[in-house]
Amino acid sequence: MKGAVEISRELCKGCELCISFCPKGIISVSDKLNASGYLPAVFNDNGECTGCAICALVCPEVAIEVYRG
Amino acid sequence: MAKVLMTGNAAIGEAAIRAGCQSYFGYPITPQNELTEYMAANLSRRKGCSFIQAESEIAAINMVYGASVVGVRAMTSSSSPGISLKQEGISYLAACELPAVIVNMSRGGPGLGSIVAAQSDYFQATRGGGHGDYRTIVLAPSSVQELADLTHKSFDLADKYKIPVIILGDGVLGQMMEPVEFNHEAPAELPVRSDALRGAKGRPSKFIKTFTSDPAELEEINWSLFRRYELIKKNETAYETFLVDDAELIVVAFGIAARIAKGAIRTVRAEGLKVGLLRPITLWPFPDEAVKELAKTVKQFLVFEMNMGQMIEDVQLALEGKGEVSFYGRPGGVIPTPSEVARVISRLYYQKGLNK
Amino acid sequence: MKKVFTRPKSLKRNIFHYCPGCGHSIAHRLICEVIDEMDLQDKAIGIPPPGCSVFAYYYFDVDMVESAHGRGAAVATGIKRAFPEAVVFTYQGDGDLAGIGTAETIHAANRGENITSIFINNAVYGMTGGQMAPTTLVGQITTTTPYGRDTILEGHPIKMSEILALIEGVAYIERVAVNSPANIRKTKKAIQKAFQVQLDKRGFAMVEILSPCPTNWKMSPVEAWQWVDKEMTKVFPLGVIKDVTGGRDAD
Repeated sequence: MKGAVEISRELCKGCELCISFCPKGIISVSDKLNASGYLPAVFNDNGECTGCAICALVCPEVAIEVYRG
Repeated sequence: MAKVLMTGNAAIGEAAIRAGCQSYFGYPITPQNELTEYMAANLSRRKGCSFIQAESEIAAINMVYGASVVGVRAMTSSSSPGISLKQEGISYLAACELPAVIVNMSRGGPGLGSIVAAQSDYFQATRGGGHGDYRTIVLAPSSVQELADLTHKSFDLADKYKIPVIILGDGVLGQMMEPVEFNHEAPAELPVRSDALRGAKGRPSKFIKTFTSDPAELEEINWSLFRRYELIKKNETAYETFLVDDAELIVVAFGIAARIAKGAIRTVRAEGLKVGLLRPITLWPFPDEAVKELAKTVKQFLVFEMNMGQMIEDVQLALEGKGEVSFYGRPGGVIPTPSEVARVISRLYYQKGLNK
Repeated sequence: MKKVFTRPKSLKRNIFHYCPGCGHSIAHRLICEVIDEMDLQDKAIGIPPPGCSVFAYYYFDVDMVESAHGRGAAVATGIKRAFPEAVVFTYQGDGDLAGIGTAETIHAANRGENITSIFINNAVYGMTGGQMAPTTLVGQITTTTPYGRDTILEGHPIKMSEILALIEGVAYIERVAVNSPANIRKTKKAIQKAFQVQLDKRGFAMVEILSPCPTNWKMSPVEAWQWVDKEMTKVFPLGVIKDVTGGRDAD
């Protein structure tokens, strides 16, 4: 299964939970602040994402949408 | 319908049912238990109605809040210490502009007090009672018939002005038995308010809240509540006058004290003393205009209440110095007799030289 | 590729005011997912508490009414008795349900009111700045237990799920947590069940959700989520505490 993820830069509060739970380790912390002053999570689209949606499941801000297919 | 002999407490219950009260939540406390029991016997099995003996007076007022949110006519009752418990809930009802009827068959206080009638909850009833700037309509019946009539009216007033209404009775009124006639039949359909929250079907969801993190928003809510209170003052102030036309001295009394005062006034009138009675029926809004009107021709007022002096302040405020106010009070649940009050009236009458 | 995860319809598009990593946000989303899937949006009436979640009405797109602190179960009782067609849920914190609201909660449960209570247990009073809660752990440092909760002075953390399970009128109680993907999935199923119990008129249903509070626990979100497993579940074990309906429905 191929997957992809969209993380909203502005909704993200930089809690890093998606990063800690992603089984592939393909989410990291951005080095650019968002408008709320957080360093948001960034999806590194290297083709390894399976669309498992664990990141979205644990995201408190509903900042992540997941695609699979 | 024919007149029936009923206790005040039972008459309140019957009147409430006939007004379309759907929910009653109460808690035992003397001297109003007969009302809770009447609702248990007569409301609980009516179709679509709810009766709960709640775990506390606090729970009961919050159940009333919930029932009012979904648009039904809801009532609770208690006596002085239990009414103290309800103050937070009443403040929330007032803040949310939710109708409700709260019956206080007051007893002696402060503290656990006594189980007999007193009038020492006047301040609590008329100054909001709970925290924040708000008022509730306060009705003070002085007979079982009036208890029935005002109970029925209280639901209409509550709905019309979206405000909690307090029926301020007392232990004597609740327990006394008098003939009473009910002028309304229970409605075939229980009324449900159109502005109720009953699920967001076919419309955007709504929420009812009292909290705001914006003081400006809260300020406007306060002003808006008080604009409505002005309307209530204009339209709903009620009082009774008795033998005031040629009076030299006006007794001001409410509720059971007014009954006693009437007896005392009849006694002194027989001796030629020109004494009349002003009986406020709405304690809030207080009949300021009636006091001011009387003060045009009368200079002596005697406030008689079964407490340490509460309504006297409203009389003094209304008079604005244009009259002299004396006070006779018996607190704690002691019920003065008409002859005792007659002695007080005549002594004052002669002291003030009104016989000349 | 098709979208397999998106915001539930009954969750309004407002940005949560909750702290990064707060369990409220997850709980809100799960309840909204359940409301969507069980088609309850038209019938639901929710009762948020004073507390961090006082603003719940900015997030749940259902009719909501604020309650005084602790009184949610009594307000829910009044609503449900007056309008039984409503699907009524309270959303309460640990102070609200297990402190000031203990009497109302126990007695609503005792009457077997057909209401659903969502009990967010984060072992601290969040909104007011981190004071001790009835569920604060022994030794836990809070602003009113600066030397750690002392059993002699402050007693032990109270286990509301176990207490309520003793009551006849209670149909279903489960304790869950929102600190890991597996636990979040179980929490959603528990919430579904708690609403189903109401629809089936079986009695009182409660889901106790152990919830991280990074700010008042003074931890990072990741550390806070781990602390729920490391410490909270030792005192508040996860699992079904009571279920009269005969076991979990298959999903």
